[in-house]
Amino acid sequence: MNTTLFDRPPLRVAITGGTSGLGLALVEALHARGAAIAFVARNARAVADVARRFPGSHGIVADVSRKDDTHRIALQINAALGGLDVLVNNASSLGPVPLRLLADTDCEDLEAALATNLLGPFRLTKALLGALTASARSGRAAVVVNITSDAAATPYSGWGAYGASKAALSHLSRIWDEELRALGVRAIAVDPGDMDTPLHALAVPDADPATLKRPRDAALDVIAAIEAAWPAPASARTVRAEANA
Amino acid sequence: MRPATTPVQRPGDARLLAIDADGRLRDLPRTRLVQLLMPGDLLIANDAATLPASLAGVHGPSGAPIEVRLAGRPSLDPADVGRFTAIVFGGGDHRTPTEYRADPPPLRPGDALRLGPLTATVRRVFTQRRRIEIAFDARPDAVWAGIAAHGRPIQYAHIAAPLALWDVWTAIAARPVAFEPPSAGFVLDWALLDSLHRRGVGFQTLTHAAGLSSTGDAALDNLLPFDEAYELPDATVAAIAAAKACGRRVVALGTTVTRALEHAASLDGIPRAGSGLATQQLGPKTALRVVDAIVSGTHEAGTSHYELLRAFADDDVLRRADRLLAERGYRTHEFGDSVWVERRRGSVQPRSNLNTATLASRLGQRRTIAPFWIPNESRIRKPSRRASTSKSA
Repeated sequence: MNTTLFDRPPLRVAITGGTSGLGLALVEALHARGAAIAFVARNARAVADVARRFPGSHGIVADVSRKDDTHRIALQINAALGGLDVLVNNASSLGPVPLRLLADTDCEDLEAALATNLLGPFRLTKALLGALTASARSGRAAVVVNITSDAAATPYSGWGAYGASKAALSHLSRIWDEELRALGVRAIAVDPGDMDTPLHALAVPDADPATLKRPRDAALDVIAAIEAAWPAPASARTVRAEANA
Repeated sequence: MRPATTPVQRPGDARLLAIDADGRLRDLPRTRLVQLLMPGDLLIANDAATLPASLAGVHGPSGAPIEVRLAGRPSLDPADVGRFTAIVFGGGDHRTPTEYRADPPPLRPGDALRLGPLTATVRRVFTQRRRIEIAFDARPDAVWAGIAAHGRPIQYAHIAAPLALWDVWTAIAARPVAFEPPSAGFVLDWALLDSLHRRGVGFQTLTHAAGLSSTGDAALDNLLPFDEAYELPDATVAAIAAAKACGRRVVALGTTVTRALEHAASLDGIPRAGSGLATQQLGPKTALRVVDAIVSGTHEAGTSHYELLRAFADDDVLRRADRLLAERGYRTHEFGDSVWVERRRGSVQPRSNLNTATLASRLGQRRTIAPFWIPNESRIRKPSRRASTSKSA
């Protein structure tokens, strides 16, 4: 299946939160496989550094939690890659740091977590749906990957803003998938597990890194999940087969 | 007609004037569009996203304020952003009608233009005032980032409030290559695409760099549309062949789609997949070879868009349509109402060129990916249990 997903022409992938943790590991792993990559992050210096490290990749400085950035991001992704096959909504916000009980969480902190973890992925998917469906119509991959967490399923104390926003993102993914299948676009939610990342260090400062998954391994799991979601759903395959007959 | 002054892509009361192949007129709610398409027909839309192509800035040598409106580039290649043709105004903004806009200061090749975070150099000054060619002095990613950060959608005096990008992007907007919105596509939303699918109507796209609709200069406006780059996917060409082979219609959503398809077929009537640069003007003398009907905005006589409609319908039919549009208070401009115009009956398409066997064999020689949405009644999706279940309270 590797040969279909990463065959020529290069797979066109956009990754949010691409300068650290899982996002950076995905940039690295996909770059090694010859994918054309655009990545988004807030810090201009970090974006420039990663773009230099992976020649040919396209860095975009923007904040997915800001509505006004949505179309600017979509514009630059489509401009740089000439279209899009895979969108990875990876950028995440923990909510209040250090973690707080829900009863101590400010409304604004919950809103901020929702803006990054739910509204951002929703808006970016919507703005890029034209490109993704164009890919599907051309027989290319068209997959949206939303990075979630086990905190979306298990009610961990102290993880209210993050867990609730990731639960919403998981369900959003399922509804996207239901609605977009007929168009040849898949949407999947992937829980990469507890990783040794800056985000995890913020949440659990005293965790032993040795007990945590390496982002590099999690990136391979995400790529495997994309491959499992592609080729297209059976319905679209059937139509293609009939058309070829 | 009256101008549509609010940027709403799909107003609930939008109208559609349908002109059939015999010149009969029907005034319909635009929600009836789907019913005008028959199973097996193929609707083709332009999926270009619209650039924020208006760049305010300063003319380096004089320090005078200017507005640069990007108007064209040679190809859709992502890296090909070095040079653009552009229209330049002096100070002021869209609230002044273009014909009253101040001219820019005298421009000479080599002049620097400071456009927010971007710097450009004037490469060429055309004989028509206001028209130039510029080159950006930056790498492609920086040019795109600069345009994304600083540009505003091109807009005109009939809408006072500044437009946002989401106002001018169609639901299917993909690559940012249009300079003004392919606004016929505003009619689309995903529910409408689903309705087409259920009805067995095919849907495909092409990408066409829609250019400016007005420059405010009569001599320049006569040259519109300028050259426009486009890309026609293999899947769309295959779907056209399939529709034509069954005697079904190809319906273009907008003037840009019509121009691209007819240009791509200009050699022998068979559209070629791939990249092209549409250079032709369409009008009453044009023999349409691919497009059987067009869905477009309402246009005023004398504009290039109206000229294009004359390729579909006779002048007396269009005059009757104009009267009805006026009587019924149709709205015009990009957020206005729509027309559906079928190619007049008796205008024989050069069928010899669109010979099915030729098409089939030519397609067979290429590595063509068959379209995912093949128009065919038998493939109407059966609603799954989940899909047909709406959540009950």
